Amino acid sequence: MPLKRQSLLSLNQELSNAIPMAILVDENTKILIQGITGSFGGRHAQLSLDYGTQLVAGVTPGKGGQKFADTVPIFDTVGDAVAETGATVSAIFVPPPFAGDAILEAVDAGVDLVVAITEGIPVMDMMKVRAAMKDSGARLIGPNCPGIVTPGSGENSQGGCRIGIAPGYIHMRGKVGVVSRSGTLTYEAVYQLTSLGLGQSTCVGIGGDPINGTSHLDVLKMFNDDPETEAIIMIGEIGGTAEEEAAAWAKENCDKPIAGFIAGATAPPGRRMGHAGAIVSGGKGTAEAKIAAMQEAGIEVAQNPSDMGQALISAMG
Amino acid sequence: MNIHEYQAKELFEKFGVATPKGQVADTPEAAKEVAASLGSNIVVKAQVHAGGRGKGTFKNGFQGGVHLVNTAVEAAGIAEKMIGQTLVTHQTGEEGKLVSKIMVADAVDIEKEYYLSILMDRESRSPVIVASTEGGVNIEEVAEKTPEKIHKEVIHPLLGIQPYEIRNLASKLGLSGDTAKQFGKLLNGLFKLFMCCDCTMVEVNPLVTTPDGDVLALDAKFDFDDNALYRHPEIAELHDPTEEDPREVEAAKFDLNYIGLDGNIACLVNGAGLAMATMDIIKHSGGEPANFLDVGGGATQEQVRNAFKIILGDSNVKAILVNIFGGIMDCDVIAKGIVAACGEVDLNIPLVVRLEGNNVEAGKKTLAGSDVDLISADTLADAAQKAVAAIA
Repeated sequence: MPLKRQSLLSLNQELSNAIPMAILVDENTKILIQGITGSFGGRHAQLSLDYGTQLVAGVTPGKGGQKFADTVPIFDTVGDAVAETGATVSAIFVPPPFAGDAILEAVDAGVDLVVAITEGIPVMDMMKVRAAMKDSGARLIGPNCPGIVTPGSGENSQGGCRIGIAPGYIHMRGKVGVVSRSGTLTYEAVYQLTSLGLGQSTCVGIGGDPINGTSHLDVLKMFNDDPETEAIIMIGEIGGTAEEEAAAWAKENCDKPIAGFIAGATAPPGRRMGHAGAIVSGGKGTAEAKIAAMQEAGIEVAQNPSDMGQALISAMG
Repeated sequence: MNIHEYQAKELFEKFGVATPKGQVADTPEAAKEVAASLGSNIVVKAQVHAGGRGKGTFKNGFQGGVHLVNTAVEAAGIAEKMIGQTLVTHQTGEEGKLVSKIMVADAVDIEKEYYLSILMDRESRSPVIVASTEGGVNIEEVAEKTPEKIHKEVIHPLLGIQPYEIRNLASKLGLSGDTAKQFGKLLNGLFKLFMCCDCTMVEVNPLVTTPDGDVLALDAKFDFDDNALYRHPEIAELHDPTEEDPREVEAAKFDLNYIGLDGNIACLVNGAGLAMATMDIIKHSGGEPANFLDVGGGATQEQVRNAFKIILGDSNVKAILVNIFGGIMDCDVIAKGIVAACGEVDLNIPLVVRLEGNNVEAGKKTLAGSDVDLISADTLADAAQKAVAAIA
């Protein structure tokens, strides 16, 4: 894949040196949305604008020259949008058959981060996209994910960076990093934290698909390196071994308290529980194995999804 | 999604994967015709999505869903006893499965059985080929007891299968000469099929060699990526809804993600992760979940109404727990859906509702202002405890 990224990367580097970041994005991050004129994309684009996010461009092939909400310029290609606006992050709201192409277009246009919200992308497409992105330097979050929120310091956490579909108002700026495969379960955890007076540095939904761009482990490493994050909540579910890998790394390397929860202890084996990746197959990917690996790594695992916030308080001692 | 053995055979033929000669039949006459074109060792197999066919029993008393015969007349006789009858095996449950088609094929002489599969591996994010000299048996047991007999090749996602990878596997299986060549042709075809049809798994067990040195796929299991079915209408058509839980078929019509379980507390939740967590907390509170049900992030009133009907169609259900975290979803939409559903169905079991999030006050008002008899709960734990207590 041709790279046209050097200047933007160094620009972004300067920005991130100048402003204290949470992880991945902050209130100054310029984002664009691919699929901004669709009903789902448009609705969440508006919610992000309302939240105070720097939404600087939209992309819909054939609708270049129009404006979204009278203010955000729409381009035909991601390349044009990046060149004109300096956006460094793209959120994908494109329907599943075209989503793989949209991700590659964003990567080729030189963005640093692609956040794919789209649910239902064929796994074969994601396999090829991941392989094609290998040396690009861009990071993918998702697909089939709620996105990323770095809460702002205004009322109801406004003024932050909201990329995706999470409800902004449940957040509060603070020091807890949240990483999860599930959307609503992330909201549940964030809501519990905010109710307990614990704000969040950044909340990252990595998505429920079997092949995704960023793992629990990748995000744990970022939180561990982030001076603003002081504690971490890691939410997983049945299927795969990503939680076990993250726990094994955390045991040796993470110096911040972690609490967690694994959904699906009662799920029957061999059945896909809503998320394409949430399946116990061949005895692998069980909740028991994940919980055991996390406890072994000193992670405080909530036995009950109502107790995620409390578990973090215990972990923080 | 599962497909029938005869459909698998047709896919194999399309991609050049060798199988025993034969055809599907849906009448005794057709079975006779197919058998007449074959040799003198013929196998007749009932077509249902269930293992243990050979040891199964038909409800008409006829023993066995797999029979060996020598003549076309005998094949027709067996067909007569199978078609239109219900076969019960250890995998079908007591109700059994209706047999509407049978497979009539050459019964091949087997020299040795092998195992061969291709699956989408999430850790390596690549197709992985798994082969073993231990065929015709449960491969998971082989992997556990004799892992050295399991051979794997990780295939590059963009390059596809390479000749050396096929040579490696043939050599590890102890195949040489023309047999190795035939194996290579079969594996090439199988890989092409895997990629072209958006499979997440294709398993040939057993793969066999014959005394004549032929390599044949004797039985196969497929898993297709549901998310990719839109680009394979010919495969989507193979879907046989009579082989699935009717509640799940009904739910799919309304874009509801439903999986039936054995418990008695039904749940209706938005989001897959939260739906799993809700099942977990029911169990944690001493109850048993009756189902997994994710109404999705943007459920409509209509979907909620249909979800209620499907839940109440399960006679085991003794209580309902609605758990909604309205992130973006409007809690009032859910509340109106509940009221509409309860107006249509005769709700005579306890209903526990926990609403939280977007527009929750309006939702609670809608519920309170209706004549629906419900138990409201504040947190997830509170809701689960109340649902369990309601049927204690």
